[in-house]
Amino acid sequence: MAMKISNDKFTDRLETNLKNDFMRNAVASAQERLQSRRSLAAESLGNWEEWRNHGEEIRQHVLQNLDYYLYELSENVSKRGGHVFFAQTAEEASNYIVSIAKQKEAKKIVKSKSMVTEEINLNQHLDEIGCSVVETDLGEYILQLDDHDPPSHIVAPALHKNKDQIREVFADKIEYTNTSKPEELALHARKVLREEFLSADIGITGCNFAVAETGSICLVTNEGNADLVSALPKTQITVMGMERLVPTFEEMEVLVSMLTRSAVGQKLTSYITVLTGAKQPFEVDGPEEFHLVIVDNGRSSILGGEFQSILQCIRCAACVNACPVYRHIGGHAYGSIYSGPIGAVLSPLLGGYDDYKELPYASTLCGACTEVCPVKIPLHQLLHKHREVIVEKEGRAPLSETALMQAFGFGTGSSTVYKLGSKVASTVMKPFVNEEKIKKGPGPLKNWTEIRDFPSPEKERFRDWFEKRNKGGNPS
Amino acid sequence: MTIQNRDSFLQTISEKLGRTAPLTKKPEIRWNHLPQHEVLKNTSKDELVQILIEQCQNIHTSVHLCDSASLAETLKIIFDQYGNGSIIYTDDNRFSELRIDSFLQSQPESFKWQPELLEQNITIADQANIGIVISDVTLAESGTIMLQTNEKKGRVISFLPTNSIAIVPKSSIVPRFTQAAQFLRSIDGPVSSCINFITGPSNSADIEMNLVVGVHGPVQMTYVIVEDY
Repeated sequence: MAMKISNDKFTDRLETNLKNDFMRNAVASAQERLQSRRSLAAESLGNWEEWRNHGEEIRQHVLQNLDYYLYELSENVSKRGGHVFFAQTAEEASNYIVSIAKQKEAKKIVKSKSMVTEEINLNQHLDEIGCSVVETDLGEYILQLDDHDPPSHIVAPALHKNKDQIREVFADKIEYTNTSKPEELALHARKVLREEFLSADIGITGCNFAVAETGSICLVTNEGNADLVSALPKTQITVMGMERLVPTFEEMEVLVSMLTRSAVGQKLTSYITVLTGAKQPFEVDGPEEFHLVIVDNGRSSILGGEFQSILQCIRCAACVNACPVYRHIGGHAYGSIYSGPIGAVLSPLLGGYDDYKELPYASTLCGACTEVCPVKIPLHQLLHKHREVIVEKEGRAPLSETALMQAFGFGTGSSTVYKLGSKVASTVMKPFVNEEKIKKGPGPLKNWTEIRDFPSPEKERFRDWFEKRNKGGNPS
Repeated sequence: MTIQNRDSFLQTISEKLGRTAPLTKKPEIRWNHLPQHEVLKNTSKDELVQILIEQCQNIHTSVHLCDSASLAETLKIIFDQYGNGSIIYTDDNRFSELRIDSFLQSQPESFKWQPELLEQNITIADQANIGIVISDVTLAESGTIMLQTNEKKGRVISFLPTNSIAIVPKSSIVPRFTQAAQFLRSIDGPVSSCINFITGPSNSADIEMNLVVGVHGPVQMTYVIVEDY
């Protein structure tokens, strides 16, 4: 799957998702649960703001010295018997990984969850050369089995699916015969995937943080899949976004502690695994060969510019869980593997305004995202900045905004037109009014009234009411 | 080992950062905020034990407290709870220091990790009912054990068996992740190729946000805190 997950127009995606009641309820309850767990976990530290300050200064220091730390990281990976490949583009990254798969004559590849491999469309490239790629994170596995349904949340990718749908997918694809109880479904996946781990030729992981000083990579999971992906196959390939590193174990510790609290409200997840190079002589498990692929894919054009702070992101999705817009439209409406506020800022930067120009407008600019961000990215300000760029530099505000502004200009530009418009509003809207509400509005009101009612225009205009009131009339 | 395309890649980055060439000198680090050192500061070892025990409730982990004299007995109780069956454990000197080496060997189906048997170790771990490890550093705040795996202490012992037991020396308990990170930095020489921080059994909330305990890794987990070790 590439970063772009839909060819539909933004408005069509909105329409589809707003009508998906299960998804909307699931998202709302997941948001509530994750948000309250996050605040409990953050509060329990006592001085969360100090942690945020430290998280921010670590990330900013790394970005400011990124060239040095990437150099140090690659030296140390190499010293520990690993290969490092720097990939400027998505193609370079996938081509390199495909070449290793060919060289190893790999038939089966197990993968643990990685957003950057989605970004570079890796699975499809491996598929094309006849490798069977198995996603092993339970959520990703469900989506993969269901004919590559796109993820709808960075941390909980299958959030939009209910257990009965999952049961059907399992019954259809992996000979599942039990009920839709999550325990039974998970147990079956455990059995099926255990065989895949044991028979895979290559394991591919993402990277939560790389540690420059030791050449280590750190993986954060609850299921333990990344551990089996990295312990059993003979070859391990780790793919990382170029900004995902820290100077030493001490900064890794701080960011991991903040990541697990912000993402799922856990002090630490079940498995935090720090891997350094290939396995040592006489070790039985662990990869004989280790490759680290460091991906730019558009990140360096963000560096040094007004959006640089988005590269501080540690992919916790706390902003997604706090966003009132995500709550209503869900992950798929964003049309990108990166959804929510982080997706609305990052997708246009990595994928361009052509595909994602509407996303910066999928926000109320309420700032809830900025408030919860553990590394203090000013997300809502970046969304605002995107809008400025879209209107001023790109000269392309969304059609609705342009039309609205033109209409507003026409309606308010002359006092005669304005007076006429406000006078006739209640009469014009009369055919649509039912019990003082507009339930099926025309034109621009349609999007609103499909979801909720719109109050009908007052019969009396404000200026008429005000005039009457000043003359001592009824101040009702 | 090979490093490919580094120069041009780093050149692009350094230019974006307003430099003519990539930095070659280690940047000076001076943090203005260090909140991690304040957490559980001045907490006694006994208090840390209590914090660890309480945290075990949040991470679906059973916990036993015993001294080394009753360790074998305690393990036997846990084996019974887990339905006995085959056991795999690390080749760790501390088992003999704790004087349970012969106890483990005397179990009907027990196996100590042996690098010379190569892949057979993995097959045995995959079929084992119980895996046993000893924690190197234990984090009280989060209820986490730290393992540094090597040729004698295979990685999969903590992942493939259905149930997992971690022996936690009281002396290994520290306030939090911070102290473990400092310890790892203080190691003279290369760090272990795999360092695991394990916090309870494996779990997932990927299906309708319902917590399922036991996914790819162990389904159940017990910590045995040894008070005099």
